[in-house]
Amino acid sequence: MKRIYVNEKWCLGCHLCEYECAFANSGLTDMVKALKGKTIHPKIRVEDSGEVHFAVNCRHCKDAICVQSCISGALSKGEDGVVRIDQNKCVGCLTCVLVCPYGAVMPAPSGHAAMKCQLCTDNLCGEPNCVKHCPNNAIVYEER
Amino acid sequence: MKYVIIGNSAAGIACVEGIRSVDADGEITIISDEPFAAYGRPLISYYLLGATDRHRMLYRPADFYEKNKVRALLGVRAEKIDAAAQKVVLRGGEEIPYDKLLVATGSRPFEPPMEGIGGVKNKFNFMTLQDALSLEKVLSKRKNVLIIGAGLIGLKCLEGILERVKSVSVVDMAGRILPSILDDAGAAVVRRELEGKGAKFYLSDSVAKFEGNTAHLKSGKEIPFDILVVAVGVRPNTELVKDAGGEVSRGIVTDEKQQTSLQNVYAAGDCAESFDITSGVRKVLALLPNAYRQGYTAGVNMAGGEAAFANAMPLNAIGFFGSHVLTAGTYEGESFVQAEGNVYRKFFCKDGVLKGFILVNSPERAGIYTSLVRNKTPLSEVDFKSLEGAPNLAAFPQAARERMLAREV
Repeated sequence: MKRIYVNEKWCLGCHLCEYECAFANSGLTDMVKALKGKTIHPKIRVEDSGEVHFAVNCRHCKDAICVQSCISGALSKGEDGVVRIDQNKCVGCLTCVLVCPYGAVMPAPSGHAAMKCQLCTDNLCGEPNCVKHCPNNAIVYEER
Repeated sequence: MKYVIIGNSAAGIACVEGIRSVDADGEITIISDEPFAAYGRPLISYYLLGATDRHRMLYRPADFYEKNKVRALLGVRAEKIDAAAQKVVLRGGEEIPYDKLLVATGSRPFEPPMEGIGGVKNKFNFMTLQDALSLEKVLSKRKNVLIIGAGLIGLKCLEGILERVKSVSVVDMAGRILPSILDDAGAAVVRRELEGKGAKFYLSDSVAKFEGNTAHLKSGKEIPFDILVVAVGVRPNTELVKDAGGEVSRGIVTDEKQQTSLQNVYAAGDCAESFDITSGVRKVLALLPNAYRQGYTAGVNMAGGEAAFANAMPLNAIGFFGSHVLTAGTYEGESFVQAEGNVYRKFFCKDGVLKGFILVNSPERAGIYTSLVRNKTPLSEVDFKSLEGAPNLAAFPQAARERMLAREV
């Protein structure tokens, strides 16, 4: 399946992917309205450490330990390989946060559920908006 | 191929998924004495809290059994395994033959002998959906509840019912709450939060005797109550395997493929033991993630595939009223503590690896720590000072990060 992969040495640390993620998942079509004055809760997060920058989001693991560990059946792996969370079923226990080796599942701002990247299959973009707007190809969406 | 699974919770369902990953056609029969489609068992407290409902707490979509061609015999108890004849005998005498059998019978509440408990009205356990439904029927704002046991089950019950009753008191012999997963300082943080919500704790104490619905504690205190919840502990349901001649220690003994000492009989979930890689000890790890991985592994092997579950470890994610307690591994070795307000973080290091941790109200990216514990990553290979401050992948060598983020995993 196509996944998002990181080219660490090309990442500028601009954090634009985080804003594009928040915009894509806002349900709005105007970026200013979606983001201006708001605290964003992106599902992709950039780490900055000195000269090193890179983005991290869900790896959509083949044997997804978050899915196996979910106590409510809210996490599932679709036939397309995408790991999804049904926030309506999720009770926010954060077992998935405890087991994800990448730190790519996070508490949702509501406090009652977890959230994660679903490769923009759950919004109007259809394809990862973070990748589309990365200015330096530091994240790519492809088969590997 | 005829597969039979005794138990319809996480391990049993995972077994179906494991079997179906290898064998699309074999006949699968699930037997359970619970009359419900599989539900997230730990969700019963969230049900009482109103954070989920009967439909949303289904562990798998409603068409799971049909889609996976599973015959579900629900509300039926398996009484006996005839290992020589390869059949399960049901209550009532019906016999179900198997080629491969999974025992995923879970555990049951343990009730220590307590004087006068026979005379207590409105006494409950808190293990099953039926327990929660029965308890719900008697909840009201006029009722005082006494919970025996300040462990995971007792305190999740407390969270579920606190707003629905007049008062909740909790008694435990241990000197702190959540004694199996927290240390004194971590427990104190959580206790403060629960007391802030109105819970009352009687620790380092126990019930000397009941007189009707009054508990007389060893300390001399008296607690009158309307409803009693006994949440002292659980015992694995090992009898079916034991009576059939299979090896049982604390739980049912299996190898890494989840096979028991009986031919063609596997075991998974809270009835079975695991080898805890963080302590090096075989024990029952009665945790849902563990049950799933054992059950799936069993299913793959039962269907002729190859799978091993060789990295079991303690993992707990529990929360109360918006706070979060995440713990993992074994609390051995040198410890490092960070405490500020409601945040408490403690790490245990030994032999150059992270053995375990306690995170109270600091859940973000905790899985990075869990992974260090599970993989026994030498701390010399990462920037542990940085990790201690906050979990991050920048603390890993570039090559390790490349394997994580630039390749299929």
